[in-house]
Amino acid sequence: MAPSFKGVDFYDLDSLFSDEEKMVRDTIREWVDDQVMPVIQEAYIERRFPRDLIAGMGELGMLGANLPEEYGCAGLNNVAYGLIMQELERGDSGIRSFASVQGALVMYPIYAFGSEEQRREWLPRLASGEAIGCFGLTEPDYGSNPGGMVTTARRSDGVWVLNGTKMWITNGSMSDVAIIWAQTGEIGDTSGIRGFVVPTDLPGFSARDQKGKLSLLASDTSELHLEDVEIPESAILPETSGLKNPLMCLTQARYGIAWGAVGAAMACYDEALNYAGERVMFDGPIAGKQIQQTRLADMITGITQGQLMAYRLGRMKDEGTMTPFQVSMAKRTNVDMACEVAREARRLLGGNGILVEYSAMRHMANLESVYTYEGTHDIHGLILGQAVTGLAAY
Amino acid sequence: MNIFVCVKRVPDTETRIRVGADGQSIDPDGVKFVVSPYDEFAIEAALRLKEAAGEGEVTALTLGDAQAQDALRSALAMGADRAVLLEGEVTPDGLATARALAAEIEAADAPLVLLGVKAADDDQQQVGPMLAILLGRPCATAVSSFELNGDKVTCRREVEGGTEVVELPLPAVVTITKGEFEPRYASLKGIMAAKRKPLETKPAQTADSRLRVESMELPPERTGGKIVGEGADAVPELVRLLREEANAL
Repeated sequence: MAPSFKGVDFYDLDSLFSDEEKMVRDTIREWVDDQVMPVIQEAYIERRFPRDLIAGMGELGMLGANLPEEYGCAGLNNVAYGLIMQELERGDSGIRSFASVQGALVMYPIYAFGSEEQRREWLPRLASGEAIGCFGLTEPDYGSNPGGMVTTARRSDGVWVLNGTKMWITNGSMSDVAIIWAQTGEIGDTSGIRGFVVPTDLPGFSARDQKGKLSLLASDTSELHLEDVEIPESAILPETSGLKNPLMCLTQARYGIAWGAVGAAMACYDEALNYAGERVMFDGPIAGKQIQQTRLADMITGITQGQLMAYRLGRMKDEGTMTPFQVSMAKRTNVDMACEVAREARRLLGGNGILVEYSAMRHMANLESVYTYEGTHDIHGLILGQAVTGLAAY
Repeated sequence: MNIFVCVKRVPDTETRIRVGADGQSIDPDGVKFVVSPYDEFAIEAALRLKEAAGEGEVTALTLGDAQAQDALRSALAMGADRAVLLEGEVTPDGLATARALAAEIEAADAPLVLLGVKAADDDQQQVGPMLAILLGRPCATAVSSFELNGDKVTCRREVEGGTEVVELPLPAVVTITKGEFEPRYASLKGIMAAKRKPLETKPAQTADSRLRVESMELPPERTGGKIVGEGADAVPELVRLLREEANAL
């Protein structure tokens, strides 16, 4: 059995976490060692999400872990929630993506914008993993510009009728319920966008697996088709009133990504450091070579910066002062850092670095998706540009 | 039924141990401490018993300094109902430890006391049986699974080359080894609930320790192996070395 993951903590961030936060992290770390690491390589090669993990994630309380206990959730603070995302992505971005979507993009909107009835109906089942959810916002022609969406919801004889196509939907093919964002008014009117809780077994609803991916192979990515899907009036999320609501969901998910990316980088660094110590070339371990030392120095520096940023972001979120701009910065820079760390780790590993037995290239490929989803690196740059100049460039 | 589980805080078995400056103890710096894995089996066994019965209370008990609370918190996070820290010196004297634990257990109505078969750090296997003697109870050691039948407990013991089944009347002391009781993960709700559960601290009634560690040293660094030859011709020399130098045969 591989030795358990010890974490990466160059700046003694451990002393900033509470005992409960550390216990949560260590529990998930152990779970990832025991449950994810033994199966992830095969799942990745076979291009499937390891669904057997879902029950355990639910049982331990990882799904929607920062939502209240009264709905069957763990009621953790946001720092502990972030640490869960970090540890899950240390395993694989696909596993963290599953938990992010379920918690931040399905459970959060039901909790934040749903009726009490919707909360009671869905949250406990989603928390336990008995039900799986997905989030339909992005469309084939509306990614960075979701306000232009052409999926429509029209009222007709006491029901809503949904029509449209959603793309790049994580968990899409295995979901029991989809949070669908649709235009109830004129196309292009962002105040007409509403969220709907749509059971996926309704006539007219279909999901198709996205073929040909070279990234996030251990994740379900799908296209959703809605053709005259009729849902009762009560399926609308009553507190939604425009584009800002799905964007609020994305802020939650991006917060988790800012932590998760650090986890992926930690995994790559840890692997690279161990490999460098053992791999002998010329007259000694490659860890003693200047070129690998500067690689490792750059990696640990980037990771430490990312950890500090995620930590501070988490404390601000718990204090209620965190802004979406701050989340954009952390998502953008931490994922960028993780991409660099994964690439350099893969290179340090030489020929072995292209094998699935090592995790660096899997993380490297995964992180290209993470770099692109939930607001691309470029769009977050424009959001930050707008935040500091007051001028929108998009 | 009330069940007491005695737990010990020990260095993580994966930790690289260094001997401290006094030469008599390990250097705790940078060492991760955990609940002794055998004690985790005992906690798991207690929780399953309580869950199957649908009633009862599981109390985690330890002897140690304030840091030993970590071990109790872990037990509470796994699902124990309450915890008691007997604050006092951790001693290598199993009897002194057993006396401190017995004083607390005697005062409580706990028909079943569970412990790990041994502590993962000092491997002595003393405390369970000694505790049983002090409490005047029967004791089954190295139990891999057990059932309660009324006022009896039927235990399967792992013995050399097989399994032995023994039956003990309650109240009893049972020490648990690896077997059926693969410990659960502490759930996140369990971790949050743990800080709301009662953790009582009281001074340990320790007897004088009559055993002390004189010195502690790490095994010598492993040196390179020796190639004695190749093929069948090398066998006699290999056997001779194994017999005479390594004392392995």
